[in-house]
Amino acid sequence: MNDFDSVADWIAAAFLLVGAFLCLTAGVGLLRFPDVLSRMHAGTKPQVMGVLLIMIGGAIRLTGWSVTWMLLLVAVFQLITAPVNAHMVSRIAYRRRHVASEHLFVDELGVAPRGAEVQAGERGRRGDEPADAPVDQGPGPTVGEDDEAGDPAADEPAGGPRR
Amino acid sequence: MTVVAVLIYGMLGLGALLAMVRLALGPSLLDRVVATDSILVIVAVGLAVHAALQRDPTVVPVLVVVALLVFVGAISVVRYIGGMLIRTGEDNEELGGSPAAEQLRRLEDGGRS
Amino acid sequence: MTVDSPLRQLRLRAPLLIWLVLIWNLLWGTWSWANLITGVLVALTVTVVLPLPVVAGGARIHPLPALYLIGHFLVNLTVSSAQVAWQTLRPSGIRQSAVIRVQLRTDSDLLLSIISQNLTLVPGSMVLDLDRRRMALGVHVLDVGDEADVERQRAEVLATERRVVRAFGSAEDIARLDQEPPQERATAPATAEPTL
Repeated sequence: MNDFDSVADWIAAAFLLVGAFLCLTAGVGLLRFPDVLSRMHAGTKPQVMGVLLIMIGGAIRLTGWSVTWMLLLVAVFQLITAPVNAHMVSRIAYRRRHVASEHLFVDELGVAPRGAEVQAGERGRRGDEPADAPVDQGPGPTVGEDDEAGDPAADEPAGGPRR
Repeated sequence: MTVVAVLIYGMLGLGALLAMVRLALGPSLLDRVVATDSILVIVAVGLAVHAALQRDPTVVPVLVVVALLVFVGAISVVRYIGGMLIRTGEDNEELGGSPAAEQLRRLEDGGRS
Repeated sequence: MTVDSPLRQLRLRAPLLIWLVLIWNLLWGTWSWANLITGVLVALTVTVVLPLPVVAGGARIHPLPALYLIGHFLVNLTVSSAQVAWQTLRPSGIRQSAVIRVQLRTDSDLLLSIISQNLTLVPGSMVLDLDRRRMALGVHVLDVGDEADVERQRAEVLATERRVVRAFGSAEDIARLDQEPPQERATAPATAEPTL
């Protein structure tokens, strides 16, 4: 293990250190940030920069082409999948109103044409409730009548309430 | 050397621990998805660090698998949650309203008329 | 109209096939004829069993702008990673974030997805929603203090679009960059919640 003798090894160690530090900040961010969307920002960071740095560090330390290719593959996979992942999670989070409005400076999507469905739910804003709760507040089929009445409007943006 | 290794593993471990706290607290399912995601990435990164420090390439294929698993796991959970909310039309245009909500409305409409 | 000839089909699917074979070889880690042949077999099986819609309008690559895009992306990634890391660690934490809607001028599936990918990869901005028909992006940005920050982020998104289109767009796409965006902005004012 104590074979840090060349300059390249120390450069690799520096890459690994910075990458690990980014992973640590990801954990801190996950804990400190107030809502899901901000936490997503913290979460995607190690996936991109940290993983890239650590893969570079690993590629410097490990010799042999086949390993290098595999590390490259991991980095490329991360670059392709991380944004898709982040987008899926954040979109669902936004649609389900997991966004505490007091943390938002402006919310331009709420007034956008596509935002009709977001707006329809505005009255029933549920903040950071568990996501596995049913879409409507009530357990019985009789509750949520006015919420449902608001829904047909939300169903139509295909025609487009141009606002 | 050893100091570097301890520092790196310490930071990774602490990061994973904090993410785990969020996993336990996280008020919503989505928070937990994000936290799991981060934990898995940190696991993958830890494997890479081990491989790099020990010059031991045997764990690298595991790394590839874990990296892919992050994606597949998160996407399937999120698709599941999203399925409760969003219905997609033929041209992938989102129509809004979950199947359950739609059914409920149809029931109500039937009751009224 | 004639049915798509097998040759055209093959030409459309060739990039995907090559990509899959490449991944297969990278996964094995070594380059050999056996890997190449099994790779082609696996790629064909995958594309036949699980066909994907063909992306209309192939990509062109302009080498110099593409290099500029990649370089800019790497610098941007480094800078904003450091920024977000500082924002998580500093004692005051983050201020508010914002959801902004940006009207783009690009009308191509491929380019739009590259733009979104690019924006989401850089910490600090994340694409929430893509209104394909109106070519508008919903972007969530972290840590916004005032109007100026919002406008700066909006300009940043548009600059990203410009770089991506310069690198991968057709001549038509590039020409469209300098036109006015279709004015279809929502007229209602943004509902800024009062600060607590």
